[in-house]
Amino acid sequence: MDLDPVLLARMQFAFTVTFHIIFPSFTIGLSAYIATLEIMWLKSGVERYHLLARFWTKIFAVSFAMGVVSGIVLSYQFGTNWSRFSVFVGNVVGPLIGYEVLTAFFLEATFLGVMLFGFNRVPPWLHVFSTVVVALGTAISAFWILSANSWMQTPTGHELKAGIAVPLDWITIVFNPSFPYRFAHMLTAAYLTTSFVVLGVGARYLLAGRHIEEARTMVRMGVGFIAIVAPLQVIIGDLHGLNTAKHQPMKVAAIEAHWDGSKPGDFHILAWPNQTTESNDFALSIPKAGSLLITHDPNGLYPGLKSVPPSERPPVPLVFFAFRLMILIGFCMVGAGWVGAWLWWRGRLFDANWYLMPAANVWWAGFVAVFAGWTVTESGRQPWLTQGILRTADAISPVPAGSIAFSLLLFILVYGIVFSMGIYFINRLIAAGPAGPLIMPPEYGTPTRPLSAAQEAGREALGTGR
Amino acid sequence: MEWYLPVIWAALIGVAVAMYAILDGFDLGVGILFSVFTSNRHRDLMVNTVAPFWDGNETWLVLGGGGLWVAFPRAYAVLMPAMYIPIILMLLALVFRGVAFEFRSVARTSKPWWDRALWLGSTLAGFFQGVVLGGLIQGVKSANGAFAGGALDWATPFAFICGLGVIAGYALLGATWLVMKTEGELADLARQHAKTLILVVLAFMAAVSIWTPLAMERIFARWFSLPNFLFLWPVPILTAAVAWYGWKWLAEGREILPFFAAIGLFLLGYLGLVISWFPYIVPPSLTVWETAAVPASQIFVLIGVLLLLPIILIYIGFIYWLFRGKVREGEGYH
Repeated sequence: MDLDPVLLARMQFAFTVTFHIIFPSFTIGLSAYIATLEIMWLKSGVERYHLLARFWTKIFAVSFAMGVVSGIVLSYQFGTNWSRFSVFVGNVVGPLIGYEVLTAFFLEATFLGVMLFGFNRVPPWLHVFSTVVVALGTAISAFWILSANSWMQTPTGHELKAGIAVPLDWITIVFNPSFPYRFAHMLTAAYLTTSFVVLGVGARYLLAGRHIEEARTMVRMGVGFIAIVAPLQVIIGDLHGLNTAKHQPMKVAAIEAHWDGSKPGDFHILAWPNQTTESNDFALSIPKAGSLLITHDPNGLYPGLKSVPPSERPPVPLVFFAFRLMILIGFCMVGAGWVGAWLWWRGRLFDANWYLMPAANVWWAGFVAVFAGWTVTESGRQPWLTQGILRTADAISPVPAGSIAFSLLLFILVYGIVFSMGIYFINRLIAAGPAGPLIMPPEYGTPTRPLSAAQEAGREALGTGR
Repeated sequence: MEWYLPVIWAALIGVAVAMYAILDGFDLGVGILFSVFTSNRHRDLMVNTVAPFWDGNETWLVLGGGGLWVAFPRAYAVLMPAMYIPIILMLLALVFRGVAFEFRSVARTSKPWWDRALWLGSTLAGFFQGVVLGGLIQGVKSANGAFAGGALDWATPFAFICGLGVIAGYALLGATWLVMKTEGELADLARQHAKTLILVVLAFMAAVSIWTPLAMERIFARWFSLPNFLFLWPVPILTAAVAWYGWKWLAEGREILPFFAAIGLFLLGYLGLVISWFPYIVPPSLTVWETAAVPASQIFVLIGVLLLLPIILIYIGFIYWLFRGKVREGEGYH
């Protein structure tokens, strides 16, 4: 059997990292949303916010567990599958991960204990504080991991000694050129992803005529956030793209399927990039719009794919189509936000079934956009693992292909079980809804079992509702 | 600086691994004990004793692994490929164990399956951690700074014995933890199991302590040459004393002390390993100095550790204080 260890290791990393990113994309936003709800509850005393916070906390607990365990896998995979990467850039990337553990992992894991189990042990303000700390922890975690990833895209602040990257200036390394854009883009993406889930769940309840007050709150908060932040995300994404054009021209050339850099680039709405003929077999294009977007001049020039040999190019069709998928979802999000805001302003938001129906069914939009965006940025960096320093093919461990294939199969099997059960449980928690008896105020110290209460409610809902 | 930085880092990673083994040790132990505690009522209580802590406890594993990469990238790059299969299996076991905590609390018909996942995940995680330990004690073949052995080099009877030993050790930590955190029938059962487990753990410690110096010359030389022997003979004596006190405290019905005796046993076993081991980080060839990251990297993160680790320890202490005392039935999961 002749298996290619590089391909297998890449498949394994793509699989485990894709599985992992689903959960942070959701929990970064969800912890912030729960914190917002709890602060609103603390300030206003409105029980609805409290009930919603408790409801989403249960879903958060299940998602966070899957995020944590799949994240630990990644932190060891750098060594098991990519040991040469660990050596060649470990002096720079390792410390960034180290800071992620010190500043974020302990923080979120520890205060999670208070957030999930401390309800009848701490005063409300301390519980709210713990939730805020967890939300902050997830964002700090994103800060470091995106700094590390961005350094692999746009390495600065280091020197090469015998091929090994050695740090020179940590500020320049942490705040490398693409980091501010990537961090802002990903954090916003996570918040938007969660907003669509919240909006979707709210819309689902409204359509079913259940939990009306809570559902209205969720739909309002979701629509309000999306209407403002989705357009902002388009602007951040554009700035991120300009930054990429400056630092990783071949990634942008692949995004635009731009082969010949001697002419201004068109923007291909749709095309079929052909890597053999080094041209597009078919293209539906806006002339010179590519140049306009990237250079802000219709006659501006930017490098084409043919300026480097084929071995230096990223896989063009993958990057090209993933980018278009992301953009398509992005603009749909802007549309969804604005239409919703308009309906809200006209006072028709909660009755417009033609709006709520699709809204209840596109909870996945953010996840797909995040996945597509990461495909663009990671595949677009190929053939490099660390741009200009280390090729992906040179980064793997001296491990037999059989071991990698074996572990890949196990990952697919285990993650398949865990993921499908996780989705099943989350779906059931959503079906049960934010009902159930309210939590007693903590000072009474009554042992409360809100979760089992919610389970009872869920059982009833399942027994009669479907 | 060139000399002592790697030593400081080796000590730090050593502390992180010890913290991991003790803290995740007791909650893995609770999972391992699902094999003898079969009633649903007991299992719910057992899970409630560790529910607020397990996530934070597991983070020490990331600090240990991450720290190894930060400070000794060349060791990390040899050890991880060398231990490829046991590490992947350990991680997958931890995946099952971690999600089982949450899933069993929301599951209905599938709850028994998630209980099995929690038990098997905890047991296999402990087993493969022991296998990795045993594999390291045996030594790892390396050439030109890369792993140069085969995919199954680690799979020896000695490594498997270490794996079983770690399961027993974690189970002891878990049982004494339950003695401390629960009451009534559950605590009594845990006390019975803890007494048996002390004997089992001692047997494994004795086996490893006899096996390693006999099989490995460098370890024999470390322990039985003069003047080393004069300094080192208290280690086994102390181990026997701690085990004796652990047994006595269990028999006397003490509730908190047995847990600390179990921790003491763990730390002494660990100390024995460190004595056998240092200064090699990839036994028997690569030392902490040969595999260290450049000083700029080690210093950068060391500053973070010195500033942040005290704060981390304070809020971890706060959590343990907040959830102090016995866990009673019906008391809140979520």
